[in-house]
Amino acid sequence: MAVGAEVPALDATVPTTPVAGYWTSVWRRLRRDPVAIAAALVLIAIVLMAIFAPYVAPADPYRSSMLRRLRPMGTPGFPLGSDELGRDMLTRLIYGARLSLFMGVTPVVLAFGIGSAIGIFAGYLGGRINTLVMRTIDVFYAFPSVLLAVALSGALGAGLGNAMLSLTIVFIPPIARVAEAVTTQMRSRDFVEAARASGAGALTIIRVHILGNVLGPIFVYATSLISVSMILASGLSFLGLGTRPPDPEWGLMLNTLRTAIYVQPWVAALPGLMIFITSISFNMLSDGLRSAMDVKQ
Amino acid sequence: MPVVTEERGGPAQPLLSIRGLTKTFSISGGMFGSGAAQLRAVDRIDFDVLKGETLGVVGESGCGKSTTARVLMQLIAKDDGEILFDGERVGSSALKLKEYRRQVQMVFQDSYSSLNPRLTIEASIAFGPQVHGVPRAQAVARARSLLARVGLEPGRFAERYPHELSGGQRQRVNIARALALEPRLIILDEAVSALDKSVEAQVLNLLLDLKEEFGLTYVFISHDLGVVRFVSDRVMVMYLGQVVEIGEADTLFERPLHPYTAALLSSMPSLDPDRRTEEAPLAGDPPSPIHPPPGCRFHTRCSFAEPICAEREPALYDGGPLQRAACLMLPPGSGHSRAPASMEPAHG
Amino acid sequence: MFLTLVRRVVYTIPILFGVSLVCFALVHIAPGDPLSSVLPPDASVDLQRMLRTIYGFDRSYPEQFGLWLWRAVQGDLGTSIASGRPVTLEVMKAVANTLRLAVVATAIGFFFGSLFGFVAGYFRDSLVDKAASGLAVLGVSVPHYWLGMVLVIVFSSQLGWLPATGAGPGGSDEWAWDWEHFSHMLLPALTMSVIPMGIVARTVRALVADILSQDFVTGLRAKGLTEVGVFRHVVKNAAPTALAVMGLQLGYLLGGSILIETVFSWPGTGFLLNSAIFQRDLPLLQGTILVLALFFVVLNLAVDVLQSALDPRVQRS
Repeated sequence: MAVGAEVPALDATVPTTPVAGYWTSVWRRLRRDPVAIAAALVLIAIVLMAIFAPYVAPADPYRSSMLRRLRPMGTPGFPLGSDELGRDMLTRLIYGARLSLFMGVTPVVLAFGIGSAIGIFAGYLGGRINTLVMRTIDVFYAFPSVLLAVALSGALGAGLGNAMLSLTIVFIPPIARVAEAVTTQMRSRDFVEAARASGAGALTIIRVHILGNVLGPIFVYATSLISVSMILASGLSFLGLGTRPPDPEWGLMLNTLRTAIYVQPWVAALPGLMIFITSISFNMLSDGLRSAMDVKQ
Repeated sequence: MPVVTEERGGPAQPLLSIRGLTKTFSISGGMFGSGAAQLRAVDRIDFDVLKGETLGVVGESGCGKSTTARVLMQLIAKDDGEILFDGERVGSSALKLKEYRRQVQMVFQDSYSSLNPRLTIEASIAFGPQVHGVPRAQAVARARSLLARVGLEPGRFAERYPHELSGGQRQRVNIARALALEPRLIILDEAVSALDKSVEAQVLNLLLDLKEEFGLTYVFISHDLGVVRFVSDRVMVMYLGQVVEIGEADTLFERPLHPYTAALLSSMPSLDPDRRTEEAPLAGDPPSPIHPPPGCRFHTRCSFAEPICAEREPALYDGGPLQRAACLMLPPGSGHSRAPASMEPAHG
Repeated sequence: MFLTLVRRVVYTIPILFGVSLVCFALVHIAPGDPLSSVLPPDASVDLQRMLRTIYGFDRSYPEQFGLWLWRAVQGDLGTSIASGRPVTLEVMKAVANTLRLAVVATAIGFFFGSLFGFVAGYFRDSLVDKAASGLAVLGVSVPHYWLGMVLVIVFSSQLGWLPATGAGPGGSDEWAWDWEHFSHMLLPALTMSVIPMGIVARTVRALVADILSQDFVTGLRAKGLTEVGVFRHVVKNAAPTALAVMGLQLGYLLGGSILIETVFSWPGTGFLLNSAIFQRDLPLLQGTILVLALFFVVLNLAVDVLQSALDPRVQRS
């Protein structure tokens, strides 16, 4: 008796057109979100500005002139004014995008890689290894992030590399936690059991069955950390623990312009405005991404 | 395409031999898992699965049947006992774990969560063979032919995703996935329980056909007694982690030896007036598995219980050809008033 | 119930130990000679050796750690290299200042955050919701040290209403709850309150929206419960989690106050941390980080315990 021949109408409910994949539907929903679109456009503009800085900026970011210090906005030759060493603000802001973006995004990217790896392995292997790893992570989690970042930077010494290293370390625990939680949830699903039952080894199962299902949520979480990272990174420079003068970086510029707030307040406040705009755009985009991914199939 | 099975022990050797299998869980307490209470989900059970048979396993929720299935699959580690597959101990040099996993497969209850939502149907089915060294193209070809065999046209279904299929179709996929490794034994853990009745019938018929065609052996776990009777050759009844009765299906259903089996059967709805009972099937709630009753575990709900039942724990006693039950009413001289009189030792 | 409490407390001890280990390690990975800030460049070898022994820098790391920890448990955090005063004293004085600031900031942030969050959740998806949520997002995305600068520009430099720096008139660090001192606190507290405001607003909005959408609320309304009654019900259910978040935010502000305190020259722990870093004052740095981290851990624990005591559903093992 061939069962295949008698599949009745009940069972034949397969759509004839292929249903769109998961990421395509996320993309479509994102496209319809005006706030996310606006944020994305702003970010693209800033990134382009950073990449093409030499072509976009009117002057040399390092060229100083003590005669022309702290000019107000609208001065001929200095559309956004000049800083405490007579350098053109507009140019410094444009070039500043490079370092600030780099300092903000890189730690999150690195922490995403390292934290995910730690969390996924701890989550899959479970048992004592999991407990050991996660308790160690908990110790770092016991520090408020600003404190940890400052303490690490302070200990390692000022400088771009050290600042990024300490920020990466700050972001690894939260990402690892999320990765572990999601992986543990995934691991108890039947299809993972079925994969184990077919004799596959841990690495194969993680590669084929776990990664695809787990990286999405971790990634979305990581993007929500970028805005915090930017603020922290610039904050470290603000304290003198990040980039060093005369490099143009928004946080550092806020630091050196601090005393100038009594002379040219609005010029002095400009770098912070840039940090704010970039950070809020990342936040809006990340929020939009999360809502787009939230809808269940 | 019928599969050539690697016979080791010959047809008389049971395919699966379980002795003293035990699995205990610690109930959470203490920060490092030092449990305050122990739950004996599976408590020293013995049984065999014969080649080519379908062994039905029934019992209430929490009796340990699903745990047993997972321990058999080595998805959970056993705490004690022995598992022999065709005479070889699992994990020994003659039968490595990976090889065992190729020969024993499982079909789960939840058809949706049994499939990776990110993989196409054929990728899910082809995964297993690829793990065992089958080249990708061949594995995919095997997947497609199996899809056809379970009644899903490969051209339409192979590249679909699980969420595009119905429950019955997904279960067929799961069956195809189990078959992909050319196993000898398939454990079906409530495999049809979540399906609509009409779909269930189709899938059951499919399973019976496949068994004959591929020479498979089944362990069929279910709480649905009617279905179990339909598919099984022998049936095993579990209660609170122990086997209380095991025997040939029709005999067990007609003349159950153990009071629990009788109670279970009488709670089955039936249109046949001869089969309706007058006595209430089971009294009270099942006792807590953390603190099982002493002696015979069923005695707190048994209408035949006597003081001896709280003192002595029964083993599986013969009650007829091919039928055994763990009840003190069976062995002669057990102390129970309904047991047959003990035989006097021959004099002289 | 009591057992859970004990278990939670006991469980925190390895974390505390780990935290102090990290504190110690942090400070000692710093390159350079810890005594370089105190020693004159032409100091004799004997002087160097003597100072090193006094501060215990000549011992092995595990010894130093053990000694430091042992003393710390008894309340002695060593002596500051830069100022010569006991670290514990300096840190406690600074903690008092930061606590005042942080508590006020948290209170302000919680008040406005709950207000915005409540309104947003109640009138979900309306214009009011979008406005309130927008403000909340702003709160989380703004670099607060920049906000501080802007507020100083507006209220101090331009309008001259409020002082720009310090905790008291003439830069003194004695506190009194009078307008003079309060005017010094207003700007930094407002700046600081923006972070908890954003987070509390988000949390409360989600809570309120969730509670209101539950089916039994419709049932309550159908039974004739007035809006005031519904309001009270929502508050009762949202309060435990909202308060928990507030507690956590307080801890976060305590530990993360350095940026704002730098802007306003507020003599708190952040300011102390800053000077300790730049003067490479190891004992002071170690002690300050330890105290701040401990506060955070203990606060987390307190919030945890209170939450499970108040909310019977949150019974975690």
